[in-house]
Amino acid sequence: MAGPRRTRTSRPRVGPLAATGRTAPALDINALLDDPETGIIVCCGAGGVGKTTTSAALALRAAERGRKVVVLTIDPARRLAQSMGIKALDNTPRPVAKLKKGRRGGSLDAMMLDMKRTFDEVVTSQATPEKAAQILANPFYIALSSSFAGTQEYMAMEKLGQIHRQAQQDGSFDLIVVDTPPSRSALDFLDAPERLSSFLDGRFIRLLLAPARGPARLMTAGLGMVTNALTKVLGAQVLRDMQTFVAAFDTLFGGFRARAQKTFELLQADGTAFLVIAAPEPDALREAAYFVERLSGDRMPLAGLVVNRASPAPAGTLSADEAMAAATRLGRKDPDSRTAGLLRLHADRTRLVEREALLRQRFAAAHPEVATAVVPALSTDVHDLDGLRRVGDLLAGQ
Amino acid sequence: MEPRTTLAPVPASTTAGGPGTSGSAKSGSTDWPRVTLHIVTGKGGTGKSTVAAALALALASHGNDVLLCEVEGRQGISRMFDVDPLPYEERRIATGLTHPDSRGSNPGSVYALHIDPESALLEYLAMFYRLGRAGRALERFGVIEFATTIAPGVRDVLLTGKVYEAARRTGRRGTGRQYDAIVLDAPPTGRIGQFLNVNSELAGLAKVGPIKTQADSIMTLLQSPRTAVHLVTVLEEMPVQETADGIEQLRGHQLPVGGVVVNMVRPPELDQDDLVAARNGEIPSLSLVEDLSTAGIEADDELVDGILAEARHHAERRILEDSQRVLVDDFDTPVYELRRLSSGIDLGGLYELAATLERQGMA
Repeated sequence: MAGPRRTRTSRPRVGPLAATGRTAPALDINALLDDPETGIIVCCGAGGVGKTTTSAALALRAAERGRKVVVLTIDPARRLAQSMGIKALDNTPRPVAKLKKGRRGGSLDAMMLDMKRTFDEVVTSQATPEKAAQILANPFYIALSSSFAGTQEYMAMEKLGQIHRQAQQDGSFDLIVVDTPPSRSALDFLDAPERLSSFLDGRFIRLLLAPARGPARLMTAGLGMVTNALTKVLGAQVLRDMQTFVAAFDTLFGGFRARAQKTFELLQADGTAFLVIAAPEPDALREAAYFVERLSGDRMPLAGLVVNRASPAPAGTLSADEAMAAATRLGRKDPDSRTAGLLRLHADRTRLVEREALLRQRFAAAHPEVATAVVPALSTDVHDLDGLRRVGDLLAGQ
Repeated sequence: MEPRTTLAPVPASTTAGGPGTSGSAKSGSTDWPRVTLHIVTGKGGTGKSTVAAALALALASHGNDVLLCEVEGRQGISRMFDVDPLPYEERRIATGLTHPDSRGSNPGSVYALHIDPESALLEYLAMFYRLGRAGRALERFGVIEFATTIAPGVRDVLLTGKVYEAARRTGRRGTGRQYDAIVLDAPPTGRIGQFLNVNSELAGLAKVGPIKTQADSIMTLLQSPRTAVHLVTVLEEMPVQETADGIEQLRGHQLPVGGVVVNMVRPPELDQDDLVAARNGEIPSLSLVEDLSTAGIEADDELVDGILAEARHHAERRILEDSQRVLVDDFDTPVYELRRLSSGIDLGGLYELAATLERQGMA
């Protein structure tokens, strides 16, 4: 946990004021982006909370404040690529033009994860050409690398590790912003290396490898039973493909696991900052709370919470009930009263804001240590760098 | 809870021409008379689980029993219906919507099922292979974990396979409870094509064999007129774009596209002229102050400026919504609209949404 990144704007209160709703300490985005120690920012959270937009806005802001940034996105949002002036994002970093050149010469590159290509590259870089060709043609490998839902998580980790190593060697980037995959559960991202390891160490792999390792195999009764059952369910051909794949992949597994472990440690290191992204909705905040707990459980450095799409607070002190009562009175005189409509809008907005504030307060009560930035909903969608800049300003509380 | 005024009016262009309506206009008719499997998808954050739950309630009127399934391990159903976390077992969780002109006919029931791949696999193995000791050995060797987390495509076949099993029961004698309709709270739009297209996902892997046969039967049901895939969206650019992509993808896989449910629509306050005036800041504050004082509100500058700023924000969003609605109307599918409930969604809110869907002809 990096202390200096957070600025506490509220102090513990005693006395009569202690009973008022808790406010979370404010998350200082500028300090986070400007800190040269911040080397990786990981944005995570439930789907549909604006993770990708937030990642891009943070990356742009950091670049225009002098950092050399690359943003790795997972979600193929074409519109976002366009908003950064790039026709299509692919598996290698592409420079984003038209930055407002900062005083200190920052830069921004963007890329999108192509999981199949990343997987293929790992295979070709690690295996002999012969063996690589054999693996790449295996039906089980093709299915695994292109459609398996979990592959995206492994490959996001793999790509992050690659970029980080490259950046350290040639100094091309000093900040990597990562947008995590839209998982069923955002936690899959953290579980990827662990799951890979437990799979590789598991008895199942050894079972698959047994026939390939020659006649000296230990064919226990249980093993035979399992092989028979698998043949029944999957068919002999699938089992054969899997065995060929595992046998060919056997030597690569070690390297895979070691790198996944390294990336996991990289995420735990001080230079990494996790941002949990949420929207002021019960589901999104529940997921965020879960994530906050998981991160601290895994000793991952949590920088704070970003609550997107917050409804802008209504002005004045007119309550929802007063506004509705007044609207009814006006409506009785003139059913088409515009002012009545405006009052109903005010009531609607006030109720929404009250509910959102309550949800945030509950989150803060359960996780008082989590610094928070609240980003008001924009009235238009983000189309271009200016839109991203505006999101960046709002993130920084400006 | 607010009464009817909170519900969106039926857009004129929408419910006509849904598959199977064949021009009948009698009350209580639905756009989907032949559909027994309703699959609900949508971009994350658009409220697809809420819509799936409301649709299940709406379908469970007139004594019809409905099964609501979830496959993503979120336990969203138990939270929405305020019941204990669901096991891998069909449980009655709610009484369906009471139709306004049902005249004594009772609503049906909503049952819920939380499908997890491990339980589905073990049940599948027990049902078809009577594996006995081998079943347990599979677990010990990590085969169950492998099949449900690593093996490509197998997980989706297992999840849709259980839905298929429940759907096959409808209208036939057999073991297990029979349902008049099944609603599946499916994975998000970005993954829906892959999830439902179990066949091709496995094709590269298993060309023959029992699991391939199972996938083929599932695919036959999913591509039949008994199935409809509904897409939930909100009137913003990215979700609408994703819905368009989703429809194209589903049609490419010959999966029957159902309706588009436009969720969380902003309140229809202010007519077109007022919206334009509000956006351009042309609503005179003087008349506002007068009206407010007629209604008994002493308005200061802060309140007046605040109300006008809220109106501008609302107008900008509404105008954007309208431009997105034009795109949605071009999808060539029935469209349903649900209003955003400012107080959030509780069980009462679900019934309110269910009544709107029913009135608009979705159920």
